[in-house]
Amino acid sequence: MKINKIILSFISALALLLSTSVTSFAKVVGDKIILGSAISLTGKYSSNGVHTQNGYNMAVDRINSMGGVKVGGKTYKFEIIYYDDESNPKRAAQLAERLISQDGVEFMLGPYSSGLTKAIAPVTEKYGVPMVEANGASRSLFTKGYKYLFAVLAPANLYLDVAIETAVELNGGKGVRIAQAFEQDAFSQDVRLGILDAAKRTGSEIIIDDKLPKELNDMAATLVKVKQMKPDVLVVSGHTKGALTAVRQIAEMKVDVPMLAMTHCDAAKLSKQHGKNSQYALCASQWHKTLTYKDDFFKDGMTYAADFTKEFGYDPPYQAAESSAALLVFKDAFERANSFDQKKVRDALAATNMQTFYGNIKFAPGGQNVDKPMVLFQVMCDSAGKCENKVVAPLKWASAKLIHPVPKWSER
Amino acid sequence: MDFMVFQYPMISVQACLDGILLGILFALIAYGMALQWGVMNIINIAQGDLVILGGYIAYFMYLYGIHPAWGVIVAPIIMYFVGVGLYKLVINKVVDRDLFISILATFGISILFMQLMNFAFGADVVLANSGYGTTFLFDSAVVLPNSKIFSAFISILFAICLVIYMKKSKLGRAIRATAQNSRAAKILGVDTEKVYAATFGINAALCGVAGALISITFTIHPYMGLPYTIRSFMIVIVAGLGNLPGVALSGMGLGVFEEFADYILGTEFRIGAVFLLLVLILVYRRFKLSRKREYLK
Repeated sequence: MKINKIILSFISALALLLSTSVTSFAKVVGDKIILGSAISLTGKYSSNGVHTQNGYNMAVDRINSMGGVKVGGKTYKFEIIYYDDESNPKRAAQLAERLISQDGVEFMLGPYSSGLTKAIAPVTEKYGVPMVEANGASRSLFTKGYKYLFAVLAPANLYLDVAIETAVELNGGKGVRIAQAFEQDAFSQDVRLGILDAAKRTGSEIIIDDKLPKELNDMAATLVKVKQMKPDVLVVSGHTKGALTAVRQIAEMKVDVPMLAMTHCDAAKLSKQHGKNSQYALCASQWHKTLTYKDDFFKDGMTYAADFTKEFGYDPPYQAAESSAALLVFKDAFERANSFDQKKVRDALAATNMQTFYGNIKFAPGGQNVDKPMVLFQVMCDSAGKCENKVVAPLKWASAKLIHPVPKWSER
Repeated sequence: MDFMVFQYPMISVQACLDGILLGILFALIAYGMALQWGVMNIINIAQGDLVILGGYIAYFMYLYGIHPAWGVIVAPIIMYFVGVGLYKLVINKVVDRDLFISILATFGISILFMQLMNFAFGADVVLANSGYGTTFLFDSAVVLPNSKIFSAFISILFAICLVIYMKKSKLGRAIRATAQNSRAAKILGVDTEKVYAATFGINAALCGVAGALISITFTIHPYMGLPYTIRSFMIVIVAGLGNLPGVALSGMGLGVFEEFADYILGTEFRIGAVFLLLVLILVYRRFKLSRKREYLK
């Protein structure tokens, strides 16, 4: 009995010792800057989680091979500790806690999706850990007064703003009649708020305002109303499922609407899954490879896309591009801060003003990027049925002319 | 509240037809659930996941260039064996236990299936295009995708086949005997073990058919199974066990009710309205039941 107790206390002492020695493994070891990230490698966000991870890894390799990060006259290399958050917000918050208090990580990269970022942000804020995130666009992230959260992407309420403005412009500056259907999650509801703002600003009228429940993949009822009321614009946002369902049912029910604007077409691989039926759909995107922004590491969008395809075997979705941009922001901030002090790095991040291949980056006091407009692309197909996404708005970046109004089904 | 549906009579027609076509498809899934609930006294939480798995079979056929409609033949065959395998592995251990154990076990299977499908097929939402086109009725005021009509037609076909099979075949009679009284059936020489396995297999096969149809009409995703479980559970609750025409009727009724709730209350209250209806029906059933009991006293 006694011996057992002694062995037990010995083991627990050893365990305690080991656990404290783990804590000393921290932020900057030797010539490495260690970043932490909880990311969805399994679960329902796993495809976009992997895009995010690939984007991070690509940028880490590129920055390391091109000289690394120079701080205080010394060169450092990036390294990332990943944990799989299983697409679960609670798990993500736990892992953030673990990365910071056990692994001693002092700088974080964001997870995938607004929901998970929302779960992690309070933790990083509590410990004063600067986090650059690339995949949480929900407006509510930027109204909480977080000081250590920085997002390289435009907030959700701006996603389809451009679409409404374009429609009004094409209507001779007069307001348009809008039909909208949104899923009831934080992101889509933010997109909806953006549309409400845009409608108010342009004097447009919202004639159908439907909410799509998340367990449903049928929006026939909304589309019947659209057929009856004939709006000028139909806006749909309900993640990948919403985009796929909308295009399928619009094609099946032959709903004619002059403009169809959506989110998540990229992730839905709309043109691949639906082919010609997806033609003329307008999609909001954070980034497109044909944009002409430039930086020293990836050169420009086309080069990035080519390099990414070479390494990972598929065309980079914007989720990957923005994740790569997050690392460029971190590198820039470390070098300007010339220190690993969390507060100094935070202040340097807040003062970021740079151009990357992904777009200009400048943070508002809330942490969102205000220097990069959203782009709209339109699915365009050639006569052979091969479809491509072409940027049509804003005009400055357009590589093709917007086709408006969408031809009627009877004429296609 | 929006009463557009009454102002334009054609929208009512559209809502009814949409509801009926949707309801028939749900009724097929509910039919399988009622069957194995009646025979084995198991509420299968993994019902929806079996449906989604069937959908993936059709989707993969589509990916390899085979028309997904063939999925309604291939999916049930594969799913039958999945069902039998599942029975041999897990269900046979819970079949004589109380309902709670079986719910826990099938809940576990459901989680396992979701994760495995996510692992194997990825987390993308996918669909199979049938290219069936559209039917226009009443001067194109009512629009019906042919894929939905096809789904309803196939569902009815399978349901009829199954009813006949249950009535005429030896196994069908054995299944019905086991449902009525498993001990008596056993004494009279029915191999109940085999009957249970076959019942679970048939249920899985029906789920396979429904899944293939759903991949053609809607979309599939590894985590989308639960709504189908809940819907079929409700249809069975409303119809009662062992009442197959009842299942079909309550499926269609529920579909129509849902569509009208969608138009009148708004899409966000669609599921809510269905649940409200469920509560009302349960309360009503209890009320009727307690009256009967008093009468018996």
